Amino acid sequence: MDKTVNQKAWFMLIPVLVLVGFSAVIPLMTVVNYSVQDTFGQNVFFWAGTAWFEQILHSPRFWSALGRNLIFSGLILAIEVPLGIFVALNMPKRGIGVPFCLVFMALPLLVPWNVVGTIWQIFGRSDIGLLGWAVDAIGIDYNYVSDPVDAWITLIVMDVWHWTSLVVLLCYAALVSIPDAFYQAARIDGASRWSVFRYIQLPKIQHVLLIAVLLRFMDSFMIYTEPFVVTGGGPGNSTTVLSIDLVKMALGQFDLGPAAAMSLIYFLIILALSWVFYTVMTNHEARQ
Amino acid sequence: MARIDLDHIRHTYTASPKSEADYALKEVDHSWHDGGAYALLGPSGCGKTTLLNIISGLVTASEGRILFDGKDVTRLSPQERNIAQVFQFPVIYDTMTVFDNLAFPLRNRTMPEADVKRRVDEILAMIDLGDRAHRKARGLTADQKQKISLGRGLVRSDVAAILFDEPLTVIDPHMKWMLRTQLKQLHRQFGHTMVYVTHDQTEALTFADTVVVMYDGEIVQIGTPEELFARPKHTFVGYFIGSPGMNVVPVTLDGGTAHVDGEAIALPAPPRERPQAKTELGVRPEFVRLTRDGMPFSIDTVEDLGRHRIVRGHLGAHAIAAVVPENETIPAEPRVTFDPAGINLYADSWRMELEG
Amino acid sequence: MVNSEERLARNRSESVMRDAPAGGHAASGASSDAMARRMRKRGESARWSWLVPTIYIVFLMLPIYWLVNMSFKTNHEIVTSLTLFPRQPTLQNYVTIFTDRSWYSGYVNSIIYVVENMVISVACALPAAYAFSRYRFLGDKHVFFWLLTNRMAPPAVFALPFFQLYSAFGMIDTHIAVALAHCLFNVPLAVWILEGFMSGIPKEIDETAYIDGYSFPRFFIRIFIPLIASGIGVAAFFCFMFSWVELLLARTLTTVNAKPIAAVMTRTVSAAGIDWGLLAAAGVLTLIPGAIVIYFVRNYIARGFALGRV
Repeated sequence: MDKTVNQKAWFMLIPVLVLVGFSAVIPLMTVVNYSVQDTFGQNVFFWAGTAWFEQILHSPRFWSALGRNLIFSGLILAIEVPLGIFVALNMPKRGIGVPFCLVFMALPLLVPWNVVGTIWQIFGRSDIGLLGWAVDAIGIDYNYVSDPVDAWITLIVMDVWHWTSLVVLLCYAALVSIPDAFYQAARIDGASRWSVFRYIQLPKIQHVLLIAVLLRFMDSFMIYTEPFVVTGGGPGNSTTVLSIDLVKMALGQFDLGPAAAMSLIYFLIILALSWVFYTVMTNHEARQ
Repeated sequence: MARIDLDHIRHTYTASPKSEADYALKEVDHSWHDGGAYALLGPSGCGKTTLLNIISGLVTASEGRILFDGKDVTRLSPQERNIAQVFQFPVIYDTMTVFDNLAFPLRNRTMPEADVKRRVDEILAMIDLGDRAHRKARGLTADQKQKISLGRGLVRSDVAAILFDEPLTVIDPHMKWMLRTQLKQLHRQFGHTMVYVTHDQTEALTFADTVVVMYDGEIVQIGTPEELFARPKHTFVGYFIGSPGMNVVPVTLDGGTAHVDGEAIALPAPPRERPQAKTELGVRPEFVRLTRDGMPFSIDTVEDLGRHRIVRGHLGAHAIAAVVPENETIPAEPRVTFDPAGINLYADSWRMELEG
Repeated sequence: MVNSEERLARNRSESVMRDAPAGGHAASGASSDAMARRMRKRGESARWSWLVPTIYIVFLMLPIYWLVNMSFKTNHEIVTSLTLFPRQPTLQNYVTIFTDRSWYSGYVNSIIYVVENMVISVACALPAAYAFSRYRFLGDKHVFFWLLTNRMAPPAVFALPFFQLYSAFGMIDTHIAVALAHCLFNVPLAVWILEGFMSGIPKEIDETAYIDGYSFPRFFIRIFIPLIASGIGVAAFFCFMFSWVELLLARTLTTVNAKPIAAVMTRTVSAAGIDWGLLAAAGVLTLIPGAIVIYFVRNYIARGFALGRV
């Protein structure tokens, strides 16, 4: 659509700018402020320069938490995106099954995040949980509290349970907007199931997949509540991701300087990675 | 290339049809000969697309059988029937080039690449998109896209039939005429059985040797354009074909005479049987004469179309249109007569045969 | 007569044979059997495709079923035996929640700040989304991207500064503090969604209204807002969703009076261990508002999740 140039449109942004300014810019300034100062209590601050940043960037604790974050995001994207597409492709397009599917699939998305954690914390326990009990019953020694691998598996299955529906619903929305004539033409052209997916369905869902991947990447990279409830970052530090480490540092130990510096680095990483994702995928689209 | 037999086909979209009205397509029992050019003509919702999809195999008829060259294909998929179909709105594969789009049906049938190239190049020349062959199909205009759809329908030379579902809706009028002529030419050249669905009578009459007129889920007449014009079997055919459509006035019959509002109209011959039902007289505007003697007629409007004029007026309470050639004058106090050659009688909307 | 017709038909088929590449013809003949088999297989796979969503939904519902199951059990039954259905069904866990003020006020608090957040987010986002969808202005793209970056901001980063900011304003433990904090990620999202829906409304509608003598505010409220009602619904739904499920900020900014239900749940941990039944019952009750909201938007849900961009 052709848009008219109108500088007065800025006035319409005022409410949003005031609100976001209040809830984003001021807190961010506080963070920046802390990140370059040191304190010995009683509200006395000293200029610390880039010391905190150097400390964070040189700490193995930060790098291992970042590594865990990246592995976690990578794994859940690798599972949720194909699984979500697969489920969406097999969903009914009309009939009474549709609202039924949609309502049930959307339900996990509206469960408060700590309740998600609680549900899986209970579900995975071998003494009182169905999953833990069933896995133990078939002879696999499973305990997410003491075994790091089991803890990771639990977190990933939980995230798949929690968020795959977002991918499903986004893809489904795009798929139902494809006119029947496309499928009919493909049948007449003798296209295989794979060709139908590759040449009709995939081009159509590409755009929403971009949204889905971006949202899932950002949110999985910021994940805090669910692992906090289920594993509390343990066993050991095996599931301590950046958010958990950060909250531990800021609200637990009140190491304001390092926490602030880490916040900024963390935020910048998310911004940079999201921006890379975004440009790569939009460029890919533009080239077509 | 196939003869198509529709053996007592009926179709309904409801699970348990209770009455005739539940059928989107009422009984069709007809055979279409090999290499014919057929048009399915009718208003939207008359069941013509349903019939087309039954032939192509996208829809399986609720009742009856379909035979291609005597072989029962009722349960076969479109691909197994080896049918080509072109849809109302352009269906193209966005991410493929124009060339790949046209090659798609051939490659799916594992044709050797050299043959694919030869065949696609021919089609590209025909639809005049040769210079864009290796561009992505996404950026093309709607009528270029529809030409690709048409091309994909024509690209396989061994198909049993090519079906068109109002393929020229999105194409601008000038291009419509050109493409229609090309289709006609192709038909003469290769002799494919072609079925062309449309609601536009000009399209139907210029494209097809045989026009199938459908109304309310039923085939009301099958005939050449001349037959549809001269002897419409149903008042709907009279209305729908011709411009303006046939005049239809309710009459009472008395042997070889019809009475309308107290005026007597002599029939060319008395009808063979005495109808019990609603009787109507149909006469095309081309057979209405404005003269000095005849039945009283009041003129409402005169439209001058250049070659002829359309006079609209009233005979009693009934609206009547007449076509008057440009060189004839319209009398000052006109009266109206019907040319006996153009008089048709209808009982319950269906044509009655006259004696002799 | 018949003979000549036959000859004609044969001629035609011959011309087609000549036209069809010989190799292609043979290949299509040879593969037609394989193709038929493939088609039949495809038909069968379509018949079983309902299995995929069914298995997926079972996977989604199993943990929830277990939670509901547990909420009707006594703690004794939970700890001592693993039963698929409560042996001695009890409503005691729910009774506890509905009779203890500190429990049920958690729900009230959550709902208050979620609704406040929904109203503030959508109301502020409407004019901004209109500006982005209709006008070009200096720095528009940058502002839009900057707004979206706030959606990417990890709540963990903002927890401490928010705490200090709201302490300075004396707003700690108020509903509005949580509502405003959640605006951080909900306002950008609402702007994004509404912009998508508004771009789908042709600009001619605005122009016609101005020609008809509508003032901007009157046009916006009387004509434009009804047109994007579904977009507003979707935006409100998402604001509800993300505000309802968020816990970190809500817990940090409240102590007693505005404490959300999700935070109250941690109370089930006591010296005597965890009161599993009560925890499960509280969890079940947090699912209900979400389920109700989904039920109301079920017909828009698919388009809504695509943020109006399909």
